[in-house]
Amino acid sequence: MTELSSAPVPPLGPEDHVRGPADAAVVIEYADFECPYCALLSVRLAARALRRAFRHFPVRSSHPRAWPAACAAEAAGRQGRFWEMHDLLFADQGRLEDPHLWQRARELDLDLERFDSDRHDEQVVARVRRDFESGIRAGVVTTPTLWAAGALYPGKIEVGTLEQLERGPGRDTRYHPLRSDKKRNE
Amino acid sequence: MIEPGTPAPEFTLARGDGEKFTRADLEGKTTVLVFYPFAFSPVCTDQLNLYQEVLEDVAARGATLYGVSCDATWSQTAFREQLGVSIEQLSDFEPKGETCRAFGVYHPGGFPQRALVIVDPDGLVKWSYEAASPGDLPGANLIFDGLAT
Repeated sequence: MTELSSAPVPPLGPEDHVRGPADAAVVIEYADFECPYCALLSVRLAARALRRAFRHFPVRSSHPRAWPAACAAEAAGRQGRFWEMHDLLFADQGRLEDPHLWQRARELDLDLERFDSDRHDEQVVARVRRDFESGIRAGVVTTPTLWAAGALYPGKIEVGTLEQLERGPGRDTRYHPLRSDKKRNE
Repeated sequence: MIEPGTPAPEFTLARGDGEKFTRADLEGKTTVLVFYPFAFSPVCTDQLNLYQEVLEDVAARGATLYGVSCDATWSQTAFREQLGVSIEQLSDFEPKGETCRAFGVYHPGGFPQRALVIVDPDGLVKWSYEAASPGDLPGANLIFDGLAT
């Protein structure tokens, strides 16, 4: 039985997708590819000197294509193109059906047959689910949620907050409960 | 709100098919009651969507999770269907809020506080939690903490 009781956000591990300067402050995103605020956050993070890790947090009934998109990103990752697929998915959230995923795979010059097989592979599905479960255990309730400097930042994240995180230490992997002053998307 | 170790009160809620759901329905199984303020409101939407994603994990622990609000049965059904979730809804519409009051989760604004109550198979409250404000969404991790107690 999967353990889903409360636990700290897992520190960065070899399975994580990470990009950004190695000496920059670390932020971990819990996000899904169908979430518009996640796309906005992705753009804002790209403009910052932050070392960012992406973890999947797809909720099917909120965003029905978030799961297939997450698995597509992981399948692209098996061909070394996770971040490229990540960027292409966020760049056009109105097109996340299967033919649109195949089109992106072609655009990245992926082995299409392998891509399509991989995105349905049970290990890929399990990989996405592990990210989701780590978020559940840490108290993530919405997307995007950013973990940074030992705290969770749920919902829409303002530029000023990212500026502060960019300046901060960002390497504190201790767990802090959800901030009480959280802002929601609504 | 109702404290752990307390026997669940007598109550009557309406199921989606119009049948009654009472204290007797709690006996012999573990029950998670998710009291939420309003069908179709933003946080309640997020909450049911999130909990739907772990519903199988709740069931794997031998528990059944229900949504409870003061909305009419028709509204709850429309809400559930619009979201595409399978969480059964229980209505505390008439007499309005009577069950919420019995569990100590009725908000003076005329709606349930956002609260979670777990009742064990013997009808005793095993665990309970009330959000700091109706706008706060309790993480699903809390349900599993509660089930593990």
